[in-house]
Amino acid sequence: MNYLLSTVLVTLLMLNLFALGSSRILTVTRVVAFQGILLGIIPLLMHPHLTLPVIVMVIVTITIKGVVIPAVIIHALRDVQIKREVKPLIGFLPSIIVGSVATAFALLFARQLPLAAQHYSTLLVPTSIATVLIGFIILITRYKAISQVIGYLMLENGIFLFSMLLVEAMPLIVELGVMLDLFVGIFIASIIINHINQSFSSMDTRLLVSLKE
Amino acid sequence: MAYLMIFFPLVMALIALLIPSNRLRPWLLPLTAVGYSALTAFVLTHPALMKSSRWLILDPPGQIVLLAVGTLFLFCAFYTVGYLQYRQERSNRVFCGCLLGFLGIMSIIVWSHHLGLMWVAIEASTLVTAPLIYFNHTQRSIEATWKYLIIGSVGIALALLGTFFLAYASLQAGLETSLTLEGLLQNAPLLSKPWLRGAFILLLVGYGTKMGLAPMHTWKPEVYGEVPGVVGAIFAGGVTSCAFLAILRIYQISLAAGEYAYISRLLLIIGFFSMIVAALFMVNQRDFKRLLAYSSVEHMGILAIGLGIGGPALFGTLLHVITNGLTKGVLFLSSGNIHRAYGSKTTDLVSGAMRLLPWSGTLFLAGFIAITGSPPFGPFISEFSILTGAFTSGRFVTAALFLVLLLLVFIGMGATVLKVVQGRVPANVATTSYRDGWLTVAPVVILMGMVLLIGLYIPAPLSTLIKDAAGFLEGRP
Repeated sequence: MNYLLSTVLVTLLMLNLFALGSSRILTVTRVVAFQGILLGIIPLLMHPHLTLPVIVMVIVTITIKGVVIPAVIIHALRDVQIKREVKPLIGFLPSIIVGSVATAFALLFARQLPLAAQHYSTLLVPTSIATVLIGFIILITRYKAISQVIGYLMLENGIFLFSMLLVEAMPLIVELGVMLDLFVGIFIASIIINHINQSFSSMDTRLLVSLKE
Repeated sequence: MAYLMIFFPLVMALIALLIPSNRLRPWLLPLTAVGYSALTAFVLTHPALMKSSRWLILDPPGQIVLLAVGTLFLFCAFYTVGYLQYRQERSNRVFCGCLLGFLGIMSIIVWSHHLGLMWVAIEASTLVTAPLIYFNHTQRSIEATWKYLIIGSVGIALALLGTFFLAYASLQAGLETSLTLEGLLQNAPLLSKPWLRGAFILLLVGYGTKMGLAPMHTWKPEVYGEVPGVVGAIFAGGVTSCAFLAILRIYQISLAAGEYAYISRLLLIIGFFSMIVAALFMVNQRDFKRLLAYSSVEHMGILAIGLGIGGPALFGTLLHVITNGLTKGVLFLSSGNIHRAYGSKTTDLVSGAMRLLPWSGTLFLAGFIAITGSPPFGPFISEFSILTGAFTSGRFVTAALFLVLLLLVFIGMGATVLKVVQGRVPANVATTSYRDGWLTVAPVVILMGMVLLIGLYIPAPLSTLIKDAAGFLEGRP
């Protein structure tokens, strides 16, 4: 069981780096969708006894993070006719290196954290921190509005991972609320992206500078 | 009762989305706001109704925010009817629906005693207010909406991580994990210190983004500069107050955990930084709506400083939530009128507002005098009370710095405001057909009257409520 969990977490870490290195936005979206499905599976691996809330959470996570949100993003991509992120602030290869450094930092940092005894052996905390950091890197270094949304999604995936440690504190209804907020947020963002594209004829956020001091 | 206060505005929001008439739809706003105010008055006078479930409890700090935002919303609702009469060319379906939706979500925030639920509601308030920014459908308003959505969502995501850290603080200490305020307060002294401190930082940064504390304030001038005045008022007095309530929760937990020294330093640093940034950017600010945005950053800084001083300054801080909210209402609504009459919002083209719009111009000037803390208005009382708190607790340097910054802000803000209201209307500027009307002036006059009233005399029930809330925050029964 624990072995499987570690495999999933290592896969998540590798997907992070893969997302950093790809210029095709469609590929990055698929990577994040795959991450969403993996996140959905994790509760099954952590709880030997299936309860109704766990099952509901698994189904909702896989549907929203793995299917619905990527579908919304892909739909927006088709509308605005964009395929690639051109020239990010940091190149693709350097950003993989920065991402690896962030991952290594997360692994070392998690060892220093005062964790509860049962959490020292798992990779959950370092994977969570690494995913949050890499989400941030994408958010800051990419210029296309849609890439920034994907960065935000990754950041949220990392935070979601941390919540796996705290099943009792977050009741089902609150978890569902978080999921709903995420979905609506992405939905509104995709509408605005469409408007940005219409009125600026581009999705490049560097054009959004008319409000500078 | 909580469910009624949450679902009544939400149902009205749905109705607003369904009504076909662009002319009748805005009237739902005052209708809902009056009903909502009646509910608020009823619940505030019946303490037995203040506990709806384990998660939904209306405590004194929640009552203060409810009172502040509810009052502001009531007057904004009437104003909106007047405003939308001038904007009949555009569908106001989404605009009205989102405003009403915000009212319902604000109810969840003030009632919520579960920090997870509170997070969900605050994120929802970000989402429901985003379409309001986009009302004008210009390039600049798209830009503002995008910045608000991305910066706000990322900030709030950090607050979610902070909420999880807080839950982990009890897990790591071997306690039952719970995110209810009661559960956390009960176990506060036992919580794992490193996780609690981490949680405080993340929550301060996260909800601070929503409040607009510097350096996370960058969305504020863009948004306040582009939105209709009434939306600015709802943001500066409503959305920020809700985020402040979230910070009050973690403040209370940290106090109960005996972390006063640690959090006080952080709050003072971020508070003063906000005031300094605001004061610097106000100097030579030609856009009077952006000026108001920086004034909002400044006042969020004052709230953070008040919390940082703590103890004797808490009364002033909580009072400032109300006085700042009402005064921001006056400023944003009157500046909206001026903007509409001139069709411009820079001092290059706008001057002599008191001649062109005697009411709005005067109200804008009065609002400026009030917000900078001059007697005899409400903010003077609250800022003075924070200052007295600083002296009483022996923080002389803090008090001195606070005074100097207030003075700088007064000078910086005054230069722009006086340019707007004084002088003659420039001959080369084609003003629009807008002139002050009943619906766009009377609500502002009443708000200004309330600001003046609080400055002259704080009603006894209000001062009891604020004292209760200050005691509640410090864990005194």
